[in-house]
Parts: sequence; structure tokens; C-alpha cells
Amino acid sequence: MNVVYFAWVRERIGLPQETVDTDAATVKDLIAELSAREDRYAAAFADTTALRVALDQELSDFDAPLDGVREVAFFPPMTGG
Amino acid sequence: MAVRVQSDPFDAGAELNSFAQDRTDVGAVASFTGVVRDTKGDLQEMLIEHYPGMTESAIAKIADEAVQRWALADVLVIHRYGPLKPGEPIMMVATASAHRAAAFEAADFLMDYLKSRAPFWKKEVTAEGAAWVAAKDADEDALKRW
Repeated sequence: MNVVYFAWVRERIGLPQETVDTDAATVKDLIAELSAREDRYAAAFADTTALRVALDQELSDFDAPLDGVREVAFFPPMTGG
Repeated sequence: MAVRVQSDPFDAGAELNSFAQDRTDVGAVASFTGVVRDTKGDLQEMLIEHYPGMTESAIAKIADEAVQRWALADVLVIHRYGPLKPGEPIMMVATASAHRAAAFEAADFLMDYLKSRAPFWKKEVTAEGAAWVAAKDADEDALKRW
């Protein structure tokens, strides 16, 4: 699946997007899997209350299942307007 | 209904003049323009990042809800991304309805939702460096009004 990062999450992880081969059942599982990879992921995902997630470009939550999802996006709370 | 996400500047006055121009059932047009503010006098530029694809669909969803809820005759949302200088317009909304209450309220609703539900992130660049603008609890709380 395609995983994309924005704002400081992108900067902390060091890339805007990547293809991740995963069997993670939920967003939480994916976060655990990525965090176990390298410190930069663990640092970015350390506090999930400071993060938001979108599944296939719709806001979602960390317990959401990833079944059938093609794109997961992680970013901080939005500051538009 | 028009939603535009662009890096180019826009002319808020010209946009407003042509907005809902062909509708004779409109008695009220309200608008809001957001401008890059230099709070401490040291802002070099504001960088706006967004999520192409989701940005357009999220704004369209918010605008659709406003149209339904306030029976708007028309709605316009323009939001820029990329590097912006202090004083430049960031975004604007315009709403058209039969009476003013709906136009004002819908514009207020659109702004509250665009702030916290449209995938944009602001970064301020000063001589000291660059820092992401943090979302305010008050912005999230503002959504509860609706």
C-alpha cells in the first residue's frame, strides 16, 4: 500500500511517500510495524494524539481496518484557512 | 459551486464581483478573505503544504454540506498553497443566499471547517528558521458550534 506523510511527519520520517508491503490489520498495527523499523519512524509516531490519519483520502481513526485500503496518510492536525 | 486549490494569487475583488452574478434570486452575498499575517514583524514567508486530491474532495464535501444546510444559491472557495508573502491573500470563501443570515452563517461554518478539516499545513519562515504552525484547541472546539 501507498503510505504518505505531510508537514512535520514528512520531515521527521524523511520522505513524502513510500510503498509498504504489510499485513497490518489496522492503522495502529501499521504504526507499530513502522515504528519498529527505525528510530525516525518511532519518533514521528511517538505521540499519536498529535497525529491524524486518512485512509484513501478520507479522515479516519487509528482503530480503522486497512482491508482494501490503497493509501494511508499520516499528518499533524490541519491548519488551513 | 466552485472550489479552486491553486498556488497562483487571486484577486478577491474580481472574484467577488463575478460571484453569483447571474442569479436574480440572491439577496445576500457574504465573503471572507484570509491574509498572511506577520504577527511579530519577522515573517519572511509562509509555506502552505497540502494533500493534492484529498484537499479538493474535503473542501467539496464541506461546501456541499453548507449548500444543503443553508440552501445556498452558490458558494465559492479558493485556497492557495506554496510560498506566500505577508499581506498576500491565502484563501477566500463567498456565499450567496436569499437572506443575509444564511450567507453569514454559512461563511462562518465554511471557515471553521476549512481550518480544521481541509488538509493544509502552514509553516512560518523567519530569520530564526522555519516552524510549523500548531493547530489550536479553539479551532477544533469551534466545530462543536455546528
